Amino acid sequence: MIQIENLSKTYKTSAGGFTALSDVNLTVNDGEIFGIIGLSGAGKSTLVRCINFLEVPTSGKVVIDGDEMGTLSKKELLIKRRSIGMIFQGFNLLEQRTVLKNICFPLEIAKVPKEQAVKRARELLELVGLADKESSYPSQLSGGQKQRVAIARALAAETKYLLCDEATSALDPDTTRSILDLLKKVNKELGVTIIVITHEMKVIESICDRAAVLDGGNVAELAPVSELFANPKSDIARKLILSAVNTAEEIKGGRVIRIIFDGETSYKPVIANLILSCQAPLNILKADTQDVGGKAFGQIIIGLPDDEVLAERVTKYLDDNGIKFSETEAV
Amino acid sequence: MSELLIKLWDSGTIQKGIWETVYMTFVSAFFSYLIGLPLGILLNVTAKDGIHPMPWLYRIVSIFVNIFRSIPFVILMVAMLPVAKLITGTSLGNNAMIVTLVIAAAPYVARMAESSFKEVGGGVIEAAKSMGASDMRIICQVLIPEAKPSLIVGSVISLVTILGYSAMAGTIGGGGLGMIAVSFGYQRFNDDIIWICVLLTIIIVQIIQETGMLIARKTDKRIR
Repeated sequence: MIQIENLSKTYKTSAGGFTALSDVNLTVNDGEIFGIIGLSGAGKSTLVRCINFLEVPTSGKVVIDGDEMGTLSKKELLIKRRSIGMIFQGFNLLEQRTVLKNICFPLEIAKVPKEQAVKRARELLELVGLADKESSYPSQLSGGQKQRVAIARALAAETKYLLCDEATSALDPDTTRSILDLLKKVNKELGVTIIVITHEMKVIESICDRAAVLDGGNVAELAPVSELFANPKSDIARKLILSAVNTAEEIKGGRVIRIIFDGETSYKPVIANLILSCQAPLNILKADTQDVGGKAFGQIIIGLPDDEVLAERVTKYLDDNGIKFSETEAV
Repeated sequence: MSELLIKLWDSGTIQKGIWETVYMTFVSAFFSYLIGLPLGILLNVTAKDGIHPMPWLYRIVSIFVNIFRSIPFVILMVAMLPVAKLITGTSLGNNAMIVTLVIAAAPYVARMAESSFKEVGGGVIEAAKSMGASDMRIICQVLIPEAKPSLIVGSVISLVTILGYSAMAGTIGGGGLGMIAVSFGYQRFNDDIIWICVLLTIIIVQIIQETGMLIARKTDKRIR
Protein backbone atom coordinates (compact mmCIF):
# COMPACT_ATOMS: atom_id res chain seq x y z
CA MET A 1 0.00 0.00 0.00
CA ILE A 2 1.23 3.47 -0.85
CA GLN A 3 0.07 6.27 1.41
CA ILE A 4 0.73 9.86 0.48
CA GLU A 5 0.04 12.30 3.27
CA ASN A 6 0.01 16.10 3.10
CA LEU A 7 2.63 16.00 0.39
CA SER A 8 3.94 19.31 -0.89
CA LYS A 9 6.76 20.15 -3.23
CA THR A 10 8.09 23.61 -3.87
CA TYR A 11 10.89 24.44 -6.28
CA LYS A 12 13.18 27.36 -5.80
CA THR A 13 13.15 29.62 -8.80
CA SER A 14 14.63 33.02 -9.45
CA ALA A 15 11.15 34.46 -8.95
CA GLY A 16 10.79 32.93 -5.49
CA GLY A 17 9.17 29.54 -5.05
CA PHE A 18 7.11 27.51 -7.46
CA THR A 19 4.63 25.15 -5.87
CA ALA A 20 4.35 21.98 -7.92
CA LEU A 21 2.31 20.04 -5.37
CA SER A 22 0.40 21.26 -2.39
CA ASP A 23 -1.08 19.10 0.33
CA VAL A 24 -1.69 15.99 -1.71
CA ASN A 25 -3.34 13.09 0.10
CA LEU A 26 -4.05 9.76 -1.46
CA THR A 27 -3.77 6.05 -0.88
CA VAL A 28 -3.03 3.43 -3.50
CA ASN A 29 -4.24 -0.02 -2.51
CA ASP A 30 -2.37 -3.20 -3.29
CA GLY A 31 -3.42 -4.86 -6.52
CA GLU A 32 -5.20 -1.92 -8.08
CA ILE A 33 -4.43 0.15 -11.14
CA PHE A 34 -4.50 3.72 -9.98
CA GLY A 35 -4.58 6.61 -12.41
CA ILE A 36 -3.32 10.12 -11.95
CA ILE A 37 -4.55 12.46 -14.64
CA GLY A 38 -4.06 16.13 -15.23
CA LEU A 39 -3.07 18.66 -17.83
CA SER A 40 0.59 19.34 -18.36
CA GLY A 41 2.01 21.31 -15.48
CA ALA A 42 -0.52 19.90 -13.04
CA GLY A 43 2.24 18.21 -11.05
CA LYS A 44 1.70 14.60 -12.17
CA SER A 45 5.34 13.86 -12.95
CA THR A 46 6.52 15.48 -9.74
CA LEU A 47 4.00 13.44 -7.76
CA VAL A 48 5.09 10.14 -9.24
CA ARG A 49 8.75 11.00 -8.62
CA CYS A 50 7.96 11.81 -5.01
CA ILE A 51 6.69 8.26 -4.59
CA ASN A 52 10.09 6.69 -5.24
CA PHE A 53 11.87 9.75 -3.89
CA LEU A 54 13.58 10.67 -7.16
CA GLU A 55 12.20 14.01 -6.02
CA VAL A 56 12.36 14.70 -2.33
CA PRO A 57 9.12 16.31 -1.14
CA THR A 58 9.33 19.65 0.63
CA SER A 59 6.91 18.44 3.28
CA GLY A 60 4.57 15.56 3.94
CA LYS A 61 5.03 11.82 3.98
CA VAL A 62 5.18 8.92 1.56
CA VAL A 63 4.67 5.59 3.27
CA ILE A 64 5.16 2.41 1.26
CA ASP A 65 4.29 -0.85 2.99
CA GLY A 66 4.81 0.81 6.32
CA ASP A 67 8.22 2.30 5.44
CA GLU A 68 8.27 6.05 5.50
CA MET A 69 10.46 6.95 2.54
CA GLY A 70 11.75 10.17 4.08
CA THR A 71 13.20 8.39 7.11
CA LEU A 72 15.10 5.70 5.19
CA SER A 73 18.88 5.90 5.02
CA LYS A 74 20.43 6.34 1.60
CA LYS A 75 21.20 2.64 1.38
CA GLU A 76 17.76 1.58 2.55
CA LEU A 77 16.20 3.91 -0.01
CA LEU A 78 18.19 2.29 -2.83
CA ILE A 79 17.02 -1.14 -1.70
CA LYS A 80 13.43 0.07 -1.37
CA ARG A 81 13.49 1.42 -4.93
CA ARG A 82 14.16 -2.07 -6.26
CA SER A 83 10.59 -3.01 -5.41
CA ILE A 84 9.22 0.01 -7.28
CA GLY A 85 9.66 -0.25 -11.03
CA MET A 86 9.25 2.74 -13.30
CA ILE A 87 8.65 3.21 -17.00
CA PHE A 88 8.83 6.42 -18.97
CA GLN A 89 7.48 8.19 -22.01
CA GLY A 90 10.95 8.08 -23.61
CA PHE A 91 11.56 4.40 -22.65
CA ASN A 92 15.06 5.21 -21.33
CA LEU A 93 16.69 1.95 -22.31
CA LEU A 94 20.46 1.57 -22.22
CA GLU A 95 21.30 2.02 -25.90
CA GLN A 96 24.61 0.19 -25.74
CA ARG A 97 23.16 -2.93 -24.13
CA THR A 98 21.17 -5.70 -25.71
CA VAL A 99 17.54 -6.22 -24.77
CA LEU A 100 18.46 -9.13 -22.50
CA LYS A 101 21.20 -7.16 -20.76
CA ASN A 102 18.84 -4.23 -20.27
CA ILE A 103 16.46 -6.50 -18.40
CA CYS A 104 19.36 -7.95 -16.42
CA PHE A 105 20.45 -4.50 -15.26
CA PRO A 106 18.14 -4.19 -12.23
CA LEU A 107 19.10 -7.76 -11.32
CA GLU A 108 22.78 -6.80 -11.40
CA ILE A 109 21.90 -3.98 -9.03
CA ALA A 110 20.14 -6.48 -6.78
CA LYS A 111 23.27 -8.69 -7.01
CA VAL A 112 21.36 -11.65 -8.41
CA PRO A 113 23.79 -14.31 -9.74
CA LYS A 114 24.22 -13.98 -13.49
CA GLU A 115 22.74 -17.32 -14.50
CA GLN A 116 19.64 -16.73 -12.43
CA ALA A 117 19.33 -13.18 -13.78
CA VAL A 118 19.43 -14.36 -17.39
CA LYS A 119 16.79 -16.97 -16.63
CA ARG A 120 14.52 -14.38 -15.03
CA ALA A 121 15.11 -11.93 -17.90
CA ARG A 122 14.10 -14.59 -20.42
CA GLU A 123 10.90 -15.31 -18.49
CA LEU A 124 10.03 -11.64 -18.60
CA LEU A 125 10.80 -11.38 -22.31
CA GLU A 126 8.40 -14.24 -22.78
CA LEU A 127 5.77 -12.39 -20.75
CA VAL A 128 6.06 -9.22 -22.81
CA GLY A 129 6.09 -11.19 -26.05
CA LEU A 130 9.62 -10.41 -27.23
CA ALA A 131 11.35 -13.72 -26.66
CA ASP A 132 12.95 -13.55 -30.11
CA LYS A 133 14.51 -10.13 -29.54
CA GLU A 134 16.86 -10.87 -26.66
CA SER A 135 20.05 -10.07 -28.55
CA SER A 136 18.71 -7.03 -30.39
CA TYR A 137 19.76 -3.54 -29.44
CA PRO A 138 17.14 -0.90 -28.55
CA SER A 139 17.84 1.05 -31.76
CA GLN A 140 16.54 -1.95 -33.71
CA LEU A 141 13.15 -1.94 -31.97
CA SER A 142 9.95 -0.02 -32.56
CA GLY A 143 8.51 2.30 -29.91
CA GLY A 144 6.04 -0.28 -28.68
CA GLN A 145 8.73 -2.95 -28.47
CA LYS A 146 11.00 -0.58 -26.55
CA GLN A 147 8.26 0.05 -24.03
CA ARG A 148 7.73 -3.71 -23.66
CA VAL A 149 11.42 -4.12 -22.88
CA ALA A 150 11.16 -1.23 -20.41
CA ILE A 151 8.23 -2.96 -18.73
CA ALA A 152 10.14 -6.24 -18.53
CA ARG A 153 13.11 -4.39 -17.07
CA ALA A 154 10.96 -2.56 -14.54
CA LEU A 155 9.46 -5.84 -13.38
CA ALA A 156 12.67 -7.86 -13.24
CA ALA A 157 13.61 -7.36 -9.61
CA GLU A 158 10.59 -8.78 -7.80
CA THR A 159 8.75 -5.53 -8.37
CA LYS A 160 5.65 -4.87 -6.32
CA TYR A 161 4.75 -1.48 -7.71
CA LEU A 162 5.02 -0.13 -11.22
CA LEU A 163 5.02 3.60 -11.87
CA CYS A 164 4.14 4.55 -15.43
CA ASP A 165 5.03 8.11 -16.35
CA GLU A 166 3.16 8.94 -19.57
CA ALA A 167 4.21 5.51 -20.75
CA THR A 168 1.97 5.50 -23.81
CA SER A 169 2.10 9.17 -24.74
CA ALA A 170 4.74 8.67 -27.43
CA LEU A 171 2.94 5.73 -29.02
CA ASP A 172 0.29 5.45 -31.73
CA PRO A 173 -3.25 4.38 -30.74
CA ASP A 174 -2.84 0.71 -31.66
CA THR A 175 0.45 0.37 -29.84
CA THR A 176 -1.01 2.26 -26.88
CA ARG A 177 -3.81 -0.28 -26.74
CA SER A 178 -1.40 -3.21 -26.76
CA ILE A 179 0.80 -1.66 -24.06
CA LEU A 180 -2.27 -1.00 -21.91
CA ASP A 181 -3.36 -4.60 -22.39
CA LEU A 182 0.08 -5.72 -21.28
CA LEU A 183 -0.10 -3.54 -18.18
CA LYS A 184 -3.46 -5.04 -17.37
CA LYS A 185 -2.02 -8.52 -17.78
CA VAL A 186 0.91 -7.64 -15.52
CA ASN A 187 -1.55 -6.39 -12.92
CA LYS A 188 -3.74 -9.48 -13.11
CA GLU A 189 -1.14 -12.21 -13.51
CA LEU A 190 1.69 -10.89 -11.37
CA GLY A 191 -0.41 -8.90 -8.93
CA VAL A 192 1.70 -5.80 -9.49
CA THR A 193 0.11 -2.58 -8.27
CA ILE A 194 0.26 -0.02 -11.05
CA ILE A 195 0.20 3.74 -10.92
CA VAL A 196 -0.49 5.36 -14.25
CA ILE A 197 0.31 8.99 -14.93
CA THR A 198 -1.29 10.39 -18.05
CA HIS A 199 -2.96 13.36 -19.64
CA GLU A 200 -5.20 11.11 -21.70
CA MET A 201 -8.59 10.19 -20.31
CA LYS A 202 -8.68 7.18 -22.63
CA VAL A 203 -5.81 5.58 -20.76
CA ILE A 204 -7.53 6.05 -17.40
CA GLU A 205 -10.78 4.82 -18.86
CA SER A 206 -9.41 1.63 -20.31
CA ILE A 207 -7.29 0.27 -17.46
CA CYS A 208 -7.66 2.13 -14.18
CA ASP A 209 -9.78 1.12 -11.22
CA ARG A 210 -9.58 4.46 -9.47
CA ALA A 211 -8.16 7.79 -10.49
CA ALA A 212 -7.13 11.09 -9.03
CA VAL A 213 -7.54 14.26 -11.06
CA LEU A 214 -4.70 16.65 -10.44
CA ASP A 215 -5.03 20.36 -11.04
CA GLY A 216 -2.52 23.02 -10.08
CA GLY A 217 -0.76 20.70 -7.67
CA ASN A 218 -3.94 19.70 -5.86
CA VAL A 219 -6.09 16.61 -6.03
CA ALA A 220 -9.28 18.04 -7.50
CA GLU A 221 -11.13 14.77 -7.45
CA LEU A 222 -10.50 11.15 -6.51
CA ALA A 223 -13.00 8.47 -7.40
CA PRO A 224 -13.49 5.06 -8.98
CA VAL A 225 -13.14 5.56 -12.71
CA SER A 226 -16.73 4.59 -13.51
CA GLU A 227 -17.96 7.19 -11.07
CA LEU A 228 -15.54 9.78 -12.32
CA PHE A 229 -16.83 9.24 -15.80
CA ALA A 230 -20.50 9.14 -15.01
CA ASN A 231 -20.48 12.01 -12.65
CA PRO A 232 -17.43 14.23 -12.76
CA LYS A 233 -17.64 16.72 -9.94
CA SER A 234 -14.75 19.02 -10.64
CA ASP A 235 -14.49 21.39 -13.58
CA ILE A 236 -11.12 19.99 -14.51
CA ALA A 237 -12.44 16.42 -14.63
CA ARG A 238 -15.29 17.51 -16.88
CA LYS A 239 -12.87 19.30 -19.10
CA LEU A 240 -10.57 16.30 -19.37
CA ILE A 241 -13.45 13.97 -20.10
CA LEU A 242 -14.87 16.21 -22.79
CA SER A 243 -11.50 16.84 -24.38
CA ALA A 244 -11.19 13.08 -24.76
CA VAL A 245 -14.07 13.26 -27.21
CA ASN A 246 -12.71 16.21 -29.16
CA THR A 247 -16.12 17.78 -29.38
CA ALA A 248 -16.87 19.25 -32.76
CA GLU A 249 -16.73 22.99 -32.81
CA GLU A 250 -19.94 23.67 -34.66
CA ILE A 251 -22.69 22.59 -32.37
CA LYS A 252 -25.47 25.06 -32.62
CA GLY A 253 -28.51 25.53 -30.42
CA GLY A 254 -30.56 22.76 -28.89
CA ARG A 255 -29.79 20.73 -25.81
CA VAL A 256 -26.76 18.52 -25.79
CA ILE A 257 -26.39 15.49 -23.61
CA ARG A 258 -23.56 13.15 -22.89
CA ILE A 259 -24.41 9.49 -22.53
CA ILE A 260 -21.93 7.58 -20.47
CA PHE A 261 -20.97 3.97 -20.89
CA ASP A 262 -19.09 2.68 -17.92
CA GLY A 263 -19.07 -1.03 -18.24
CA GLU A 264 -22.56 -2.00 -19.33
CA THR A 265 -22.78 -4.71 -21.89
CA SER A 266 -21.64 -3.60 -25.28
CA TYR A 267 -24.07 -5.94 -27.02
CA LYS A 268 -27.13 -3.77 -26.42
CA PRO A 269 -27.93 -1.36 -29.25
CA VAL A 270 -28.60 1.54 -26.89
CA ILE A 271 -28.78 4.39 -29.36
CA ALA A 272 -30.79 2.48 -31.95
CA ASN A 273 -33.32 1.43 -29.33
CA LEU A 274 -33.50 4.98 -28.10
CA ILE A 275 -34.28 6.36 -31.53
CA LEU A 276 -36.76 3.65 -32.34
CA SER A 277 -38.74 3.93 -29.16
CA CYS A 278 -38.74 7.72 -28.97
CA GLN A 279 -39.20 8.25 -32.68
CA ALA A 280 -36.86 11.19 -32.28
CA PRO A 281 -34.24 12.21 -34.83
CA LEU A 282 -31.06 12.38 -32.80
CA ASN A 283 -27.87 13.94 -33.93
CA ILE A 284 -24.77 12.10 -32.83
CA LEU A 285 -22.23 14.90 -32.47
CA LYS A 286 -19.35 12.84 -31.32
CA ALA A 287 -18.87 9.34 -30.13
CA ASP A 288 -15.97 7.69 -28.46
CA THR A 289 -16.59 4.27 -27.07
CA GLN A 290 -14.56 1.20 -26.81
CA ASP A 291 -15.17 -2.38 -26.02
CA VAL A 292 -13.16 -3.80 -23.18
CA GLY A 293 -13.88 -7.46 -22.72
CA GLY A 294 -17.52 -7.23 -23.78
CA LYS A 295 -18.20 -4.12 -21.76
CA ALA A 296 -18.70 -0.71 -23.24
CA PHE A 297 -16.69 2.23 -22.01
CA GLY A 298 -16.79 5.77 -23.26
CA GLN A 299 -19.29 8.36 -24.18
CA ILE A 300 -21.55 9.59 -26.91
CA ILE A 301 -22.55 13.19 -27.26
CA ILE A 302 -25.96 13.73 -28.69
CA GLY A 303 -27.79 16.80 -29.86
CA LEU A 304 -31.44 16.52 -28.84
CA PRO A 305 -34.23 17.53 -31.20
CA ASP A 306 -35.29 21.18 -30.99
CA ASP A 307 -38.84 20.04 -30.22
CA GLU A 308 -39.01 20.09 -26.43
CA VAL A 309 -41.56 17.33 -26.16
CA LEU A 310 -39.37 15.01 -28.16
CA ALA A 311 -36.32 16.03 -26.13
CA GLU A 312 -38.16 15.28 -22.89
CA ARG A 313 -39.17 11.91 -24.26
CA VAL A 314 -35.55 11.07 -24.92
CA THR A 315 -34.34 12.04 -21.46
CA LYS A 316 -37.22 10.17 -19.89
CA TYR A 317 -36.34 7.07 -21.88
CA LEU A 318 -32.76 7.31 -20.68
CA ASP A 319 -33.87 7.74 -17.08
CA ASP A 320 -36.31 4.87 -17.29
CA ASN A 321 -33.70 2.55 -18.74
CA GLY A 322 -31.04 3.49 -16.23
CA ILE A 323 -28.69 4.87 -18.83
CA LYS A 324 -26.37 7.42 -17.33
CA PHE A 325 -26.24 10.79 -19.00
CA SER A 326 -25.64 14.39 -18.21
CA GLU A 327 -26.57 17.65 -19.82
CA THR A 328 -23.56 19.41 -21.14
CA GLU A 329 -23.05 22.79 -22.63
CA ALA A 330 -22.91 23.06 -26.36
CA VAL A 331 -19.16 23.40 -26.43
CA MET B 1 66.02 16.46 -53.26
CA SER B 2 68.66 17.96 -51.05
CA GLU B 3 71.65 15.92 -49.91
CA LEU B 4 70.71 16.57 -46.30
CA LEU B 5 67.33 14.92 -46.76
CA ILE B 6 68.98 11.80 -48.17
CA LYS B 7 71.49 11.83 -45.36
CA LEU B 8 68.75 12.19 -42.73
CA TRP B 9 66.84 9.31 -44.25
CA ASP B 10 69.92 7.06 -44.57
CA SER B 11 70.97 7.76 -40.99
CA GLY B 12 67.46 6.91 -39.83
CA THR B 13 66.83 10.35 -38.34
CA ILE B 14 63.48 10.77 -40.10
CA GLN B 15 62.35 7.28 -39.16
CA LYS B 16 63.30 8.02 -35.56
CA GLY B 17 61.40 11.29 -35.82
CA ILE B 18 58.25 9.48 -36.87
CA TRP B 19 58.61 7.06 -33.99
CA GLU B 20 59.27 9.89 -31.49
CA THR B 21 56.22 11.80 -32.64
CA VAL B 22 54.01 8.74 -32.35
CA TYR B 23 55.57 7.82 -29.00
CA MET B 24 55.13 11.30 -27.49
CA THR B 25 51.58 11.56 -28.79
CA PHE B 26 50.33 8.22 -27.51
CA VAL B 27 52.16 8.21 -24.18
CA SER B 28 51.00 11.79 -23.50
CA ALA B 29 47.47 10.87 -24.51
CA PHE B 30 47.53 7.89 -22.18
CA PHE B 31 48.55 9.96 -19.17
CA SER B 32 46.25 12.81 -20.20
CA TYR B 33 43.32 10.39 -20.08
CA LEU B 34 44.51 8.95 -16.81
CA ILE B 35 44.10 12.42 -15.33
CA GLY B 36 41.54 13.98 -17.64
CA LEU B 37 38.93 11.22 -17.69
CA PRO B 38 38.38 11.19 -13.91
CA LEU B 39 38.27 15.00 -14.03
CA GLY B 40 35.65 14.81 -16.77
CA ILE B 41 33.59 12.38 -14.70
CA LEU B 42 33.95 14.65 -11.67
CA LEU B 43 32.81 17.65 -13.71
CA ASN B 44 29.79 15.77 -15.06
CA VAL B 45 28.77 14.22 -11.75
CA THR B 46 29.11 17.36 -9.63
CA ALA B 47 27.46 19.70 -12.15
CA LYS B 48 24.14 21.29 -11.23
CA ASP B 49 22.19 18.72 -13.25
CA GLY B 50 24.61 15.86 -12.55
CA ILE B 51 24.10 12.65 -10.58
CA HIS B 52 25.51 14.16 -7.42
CA PRO B 53 25.44 17.94 -7.65
CA MET B 54 28.18 19.68 -5.65
CA PRO B 55 28.29 23.22 -7.00
CA TRP B 56 31.35 24.34 -5.01
CA LEU B 57 33.48 21.38 -6.12
CA TYR B 58 32.32 21.78 -9.70
CA ARG B 59 33.32 25.43 -9.65
CA ILE B 60 36.79 24.75 -8.23
CA VAL B 61 37.57 22.00 -10.77
CA SER B 62 36.07 24.04 -13.58
CA ILE B 63 38.16 27.13 -12.81
CA PHE B 64 41.29 25.00 -12.45
CA VAL B 65 40.64 23.39 -15.84
CA ASN B 66 39.90 26.75 -17.45
CA ILE B 67 43.16 28.25 -16.20
CA PHE B 68 45.24 25.55 -17.87
CA ARG B 69 43.10 25.65 -20.98
CA SER B 70 43.54 29.39 -21.39
CA ILE B 71 47.34 29.45 -21.44
CA PRO B 72 48.69 29.12 -24.99
CA PHE B 73 50.67 25.89 -25.29
CA VAL B 74 54.01 27.49 -26.22
CA ILE B 75 53.89 29.50 -22.99
CA LEU B 76 52.57 26.67 -20.81
CA MET B 77 55.28 24.43 -22.26
CA VAL B 78 58.20 26.62 -21.20
CA ALA B 79 56.52 27.51 -17.91
CA MET B 80 56.15 23.86 -17.02
CA LEU B 81 59.73 22.85 -17.76
CA PRO B 82 60.67 23.06 -14.06
CA VAL B 83 57.85 20.63 -13.27
CA ALA B 84 59.13 18.35 -16.01
CA LYS B 85 62.59 18.49 -14.51
CA LEU B 86 61.17 17.67 -11.09
CA ILE B 87 59.44 14.57 -12.42
CA THR B 88 61.90 13.26 -15.03
CA GLY B 89 65.13 14.77 -13.76
CA THR B 90 65.73 16.71 -16.95
CA SER B 91 64.07 19.47 -18.91
CA LEU B 92 65.22 18.05 -22.23
CA GLY B 93 64.14 15.06 -24.27
CA ASN B 94 60.92 13.34 -25.09
CA ASN B 95 59.98 12.28 -21.56
CA ALA B 96 60.29 15.83 -20.25
CA MET B 97 58.12 16.96 -23.15
CA ILE B 98 55.56 14.31 -22.29
CA VAL B 99 55.15 15.90 -18.85
CA THR B 100 54.40 19.32 -20.34
CA LEU B 101 52.13 17.77 -22.96
CA VAL B 102 50.13 15.98 -20.28
CA ILE B 103 49.76 19.16 -18.24
CA ALA B 104 48.42 20.91 -21.32
CA ALA B 105 46.26 18.09 -22.65
CA ALA B 106 44.67 16.69 -19.46
CA PRO B 107 42.35 19.69 -18.94
CA TYR B 108 41.45 19.52 -22.62
CA VAL B 109 40.61 15.84 -22.27
CA ALA B 110 38.56 16.64 -19.15
CA ARG B 111 36.33 19.00 -21.13
CA MET B 112 36.05 16.58 -24.05
CA ALA B 113 35.01 13.79 -21.68
CA GLU B 114 32.60 16.07 -19.84
CA SER B 115 30.79 16.86 -23.06
CA SER B 116 30.68 13.17 -24.04
CA PHE B 117 29.09 12.31 -20.70
CA LYS B 118 26.61 15.10 -21.16
CA GLU B 119 25.32 13.35 -24.27
CA VAL B 120 24.05 10.49 -22.11
CA GLY B 121 20.40 11.35 -21.64
CA GLY B 122 19.09 12.32 -18.23
CA GLY B 123 16.29 9.83 -18.75
CA VAL B 124 18.56 6.79 -18.75
CA ILE B 125 20.20 7.98 -15.56
CA GLU B 126 16.82 8.60 -13.99
CA ALA B 127 15.78 5.08 -14.97
CA ALA B 128 18.90 3.65 -13.33
CA LYS B 129 18.18 5.69 -10.21
CA SER B 130 14.62 4.40 -10.12
CA MET B 131 16.01 0.86 -10.04
CA GLY B 132 18.04 1.69 -6.97
CA ALA B 133 21.45 2.02 -8.63
CA SER B 134 24.10 3.76 -6.53
CA ASP B 135 25.99 6.77 -7.90
CA MET B 136 29.12 4.65 -8.42
CA ARG B 137 27.15 2.05 -10.35
CA ILE B 138 25.55 4.72 -12.51
CA ILE B 139 28.99 6.08 -13.37
CA CYS B 140 30.51 2.69 -14.16
CA GLN B 141 27.56 0.92 -15.77
CA VAL B 142 25.53 3.70 -17.33
CA LEU B 143 27.56 6.86 -17.86
CA ILE B 144 30.80 5.36 -19.18
CA PRO B 145 29.38 2.52 -21.33
CA GLU B 146 26.67 4.75 -22.82
CA ALA B 147 29.19 7.51 -23.59
CA LYS B 148 31.79 5.10 -24.98
CA PRO B 149 31.37 5.78 -28.72
CA SER B 150 31.45 9.52 -28.07
CA LEU B 151 34.49 9.14 -25.80
CA ILE B 152 36.31 7.31 -28.59
CA VAL B 153 35.51 10.08 -31.07
CA GLY B 154 36.74 12.56 -28.46
CA SER B 155 39.97 10.65 -28.00
CA VAL B 156 40.66 10.86 -31.74
CA ILE B 157 40.30 14.64 -31.58
CA SER B 158 42.49 14.76 -28.48
CA LEU B 159 45.18 12.61 -30.11
CA VAL B 160 45.38 14.90 -33.12
CA THR B 161 45.58 17.94 -30.87
CA ILE B 162 48.34 16.35 -28.79
CA LEU B 163 50.21 15.47 -31.97
CA GLY B 164 50.10 19.15 -32.91
CA TYR B 165 51.40 20.10 -29.47
CA SER B 166 54.19 17.53 -29.72
CA ALA B 167 55.54 19.24 -32.81
CA MET B 168 55.83 22.46 -30.84
CA ALA B 169 57.57 20.59 -28.05
CA GLY B 170 60.17 19.62 -30.64
CA THR B 171 61.35 23.21 -30.79
CA ILE B 172 62.41 23.41 -27.14
CA GLY B 173 64.23 20.17 -26.65
CA GLY B 174 61.91 17.39 -27.66
CA GLY B 175 62.42 15.16 -30.65
CA GLY B 176 60.07 14.12 -33.39
CA LEU B 177 59.03 15.48 -36.75
CA GLY B 178 58.59 18.98 -35.32
CA MET B 179 62.21 19.10 -34.29
CA ILE B 180 63.39 17.81 -37.69
CA ALA B 181 61.25 20.32 -39.59
CA VAL B 182 62.54 23.22 -37.52
CA SER B 183 66.20 22.45 -37.03
CA PHE B 184 67.00 20.76 -40.33
CA GLY B 185 64.39 22.35 -42.54
CA TYR B 186 63.64 25.85 -41.32
CA GLN B 187 66.98 26.78 -39.80
CA ARG B 188 69.06 25.37 -42.66
CA PHE B 189 66.75 26.56 -45.44
CA ASN B 190 65.78 23.09 -46.68
CA ASP B 191 62.17 23.47 -47.76
CA ASP B 192 61.92 19.87 -48.88
CA ILE B 193 62.59 18.65 -45.34
CA ILE B 194 59.77 20.84 -44.03
CA TRP B 195 57.41 19.45 -46.64
CA ILE B 196 58.41 15.87 -45.96
CA CYS B 197 57.60 16.42 -42.26
CA VAL B 198 54.26 17.99 -43.18
CA LEU B 199 53.43 15.04 -45.39
CA LEU B 200 54.40 12.51 -42.72
CA THR B 201 52.29 14.31 -40.11
CA ILE B 202 49.31 14.33 -42.43
CA ILE B 203 49.67 10.59 -42.93
CA ILE B 204 49.89 9.92 -39.20
CA VAL B 205 46.82 12.10 -38.52
CA GLN B 206 44.86 10.32 -41.27
CA ILE B 207 45.71 6.93 -39.83
CA ILE B 208 44.68 8.00 -36.30
CA GLN B 209 41.48 9.61 -37.56
CA GLU B 210 40.33 6.73 -39.76
CA THR B 211 41.18 3.97 -37.29
CA GLY B 212 39.58 5.88 -34.43
CA MET B 213 36.35 6.52 -36.28
CA LEU B 214 36.22 2.93 -37.41
CA ILE B 215 36.49 1.73 -33.81
CA ALA B 216 33.87 4.28 -32.71
CA ARG B 217 31.45 3.09 -35.39
CA LYS B 218 32.05 -0.55 -34.54
CA THR B 219 31.37 0.00 -30.83
CA ASP B 220 28.27 2.15 -31.23
CA LYS B 221 25.15 0.01 -30.97
CA ARG B 222 22.88 2.90 -31.86
CA ILE B 223 23.85 2.75 -35.52
CA ARG B 224 22.51 -0.28 -37.33
